[in-house]
Amino acid sequence: MNIYQISFKNLYRNPLTTGLNVMLVAFGVGILCILLLASNQIERKLEQNAKDIDLVVGAKGSPLQLILSSIYHIDFPTGNITVEEAEPIMKNPMVKRAVPLALGDSYEGFRIAGTDSSFIQLYQLEIGKGRYWKQDLEVNIGSTVAKVTGLKPGDKFYGAHGLDGNGDVHKQHMYQVVGVLKPQGNVTDDLVLTNIGSVYKMHEPEGEEEHGSAEHHEEKEISNKEITAILIQYRSPMSVVLFPRMVNKNTNMQAASPAMESARLFSLIGVGLDTLKYFAILIMAISGLSIFISLYNSMKEKKYDLALMRCLGASKGKLFFHVVLEALAVTIVGSCLGILIGHLAVEVIGVYQESAQARLTGSYFVTEELYLILAGLVIGLVASIIPAMQVYKVDIAKTLSKS
Amino acid sequence: MIKIRNLSHNYTGGRRINFPDWDIDSMDQWLLLGASGKGKSTLLNILAGLLSPTEGTVTHNELNLHSLSGTALDRFRGRHIGIVFQQTHLIKALNAIQNLQIASSLAGLTFDDAHAMNLLKDLGIHELRKKYPHELSQGQLQRLSVARALINKPDLLIADEPTSSLDDENAFQVLEMLQTQAKNNQAALVIATHDQRVSQRIDKSYLL
Repeated sequence: MNIYQISFKNLYRNPLTTGLNVMLVAFGVGILCILLLASNQIERKLEQNAKDIDLVVGAKGSPLQLILSSIYHIDFPTGNITVEEAEPIMKNPMVKRAVPLALGDSYEGFRIAGTDSSFIQLYQLEIGKGRYWKQDLEVNIGSTVAKVTGLKPGDKFYGAHGLDGNGDVHKQHMYQVVGVLKPQGNVTDDLVLTNIGSVYKMHEPEGEEEHGSAEHHEEKEISNKEITAILIQYRSPMSVVLFPRMVNKNTNMQAASPAMESARLFSLIGVGLDTLKYFAILIMAISGLSIFISLYNSMKEKKYDLALMRCLGASKGKLFFHVVLEALAVTIVGSCLGILIGHLAVEVIGVYQESAQARLTGSYFVTEELYLILAGLVIGLVASIIPAMQVYKVDIAKTLSKS
Repeated sequence: MIKIRNLSHNYTGGRRINFPDWDIDSMDQWLLLGASGKGKSTLLNILAGLLSPTEGTVTHNELNLHSLSGTALDRFRGRHIGIVFQQTHLIKALNAIQNLQIASSLAGLTFDDAHAMNLLKDLGIHELRKKYPHELSQGQLQRLSVARALINKPDLLIADEPTSSLDDENAFQVLEMLQTQAKNNQAALVIATHDQRVSQRIDKSYLL
């Protein structure tokens, strides 16, 4: 038995007050933890998915919508652009790599993206099982798609019109899985990839099916048709200023910068995040105040214990730490509980998220969480300093003779 | 062992009490007598190092008690002086045996389990060692506070009205316990009291 065990015994003696204070700290830390985990994951996903993409060109409309639909695959496309218009852009000398995208269908909520082999190079995709697609209606599926749907090489499925998985099923053709991609940690894990010809095939009137060799199919299929967007990599950083302006001025298409739109997106959702953040800080401040009040009130009763312990040989410093320890124990337990609540909440949010592309997970840790525990420690320390100072004011003889 | 020389204390308001010189040897047992307001409790607090005198010295085995720093004095008190208060003061969050353990711990000593059990047995409360203060009667609390004062085998045992709340049988048992333990530990015993039952059993007295 030592003086520090008394701190814990005192907390145990007042389960309601202790529990309430622990919960207040836990809620504050929990909300901050959720915000931290969610914003970090979203930011990381945005960065990973937009990596190496300098510009997106698509139909006129909202640039943010174009970015969200073409890179993050979480919004509807702004419309289609003709290949006639797209080709000069793709062949522009300032462009190092241009990746065409044809969107419009999905399978069980996972988007089917019609593209070509440049997409594989852009994202540096690798096949885990099977092989890359070669012909119309052959697909590669991302690792998450394989995990969730249970599809494997050799399996066949019908695509559905629309991007939410509730559209009409294209019963005239079946896709066949020929390969499963290795996990990439980006949006490609949630995509079904095929050639653009497959997308055209799904949407052409019955009886107009084209036949031809697989080798020349890719080139042929993007003539006289429409695509959704082009992902562009510049040859030189100098193009950052010139190229978007050229697209926006001289064509019927729009150019949107992922970096700028992501920043805009964050500034839009930042208002909500900030509100929640201030709310959580307020809860933590209230928890600090609650700990202060309960400690301060308990000092009236504790005064006799403190005088007695001084009488039995405890130094003032030891007793000071004894009082501080009570508050620290509450805030440390509350902070750890809050972090646990935060991770559980993010995991639950992830399970119920509609969009597979932006799914959050609770099994993600960031170093900033340590600051939350540190913040808990500081709150405990600040809340307990004034009550703990009473230790230095206790007149042992007077206190013990008065009681 | 303990020498009080030229001791005086000023109260707030200007009242001053001068205490006669006093020598207490290790095996001595003293009664501290005096009418109410004469300074019995003040002198006990000065002897225990809980209160600093305005003038004069209290030496404990040649060591001037009030020349020690705060922490050293606290430690000295915990190891060398046992105190039984008029009102029972026990830590409510701890049970009986833990109240004894903490007394050893705060004094920086190793808890002597056998000694503790002997004390509790002698005082007839060993079966209550797991009980918390709120589960004990006033008499049991008083006996437990006596056990706590003796747990560190002090040189000086100070008791302020230790028997005032006990019936005859328990009062004599506690008094005998204080006297016996003081003798066993070669400790001096100073009891401040109005209790006539006590004054019949101790010869030496210091009158204020």
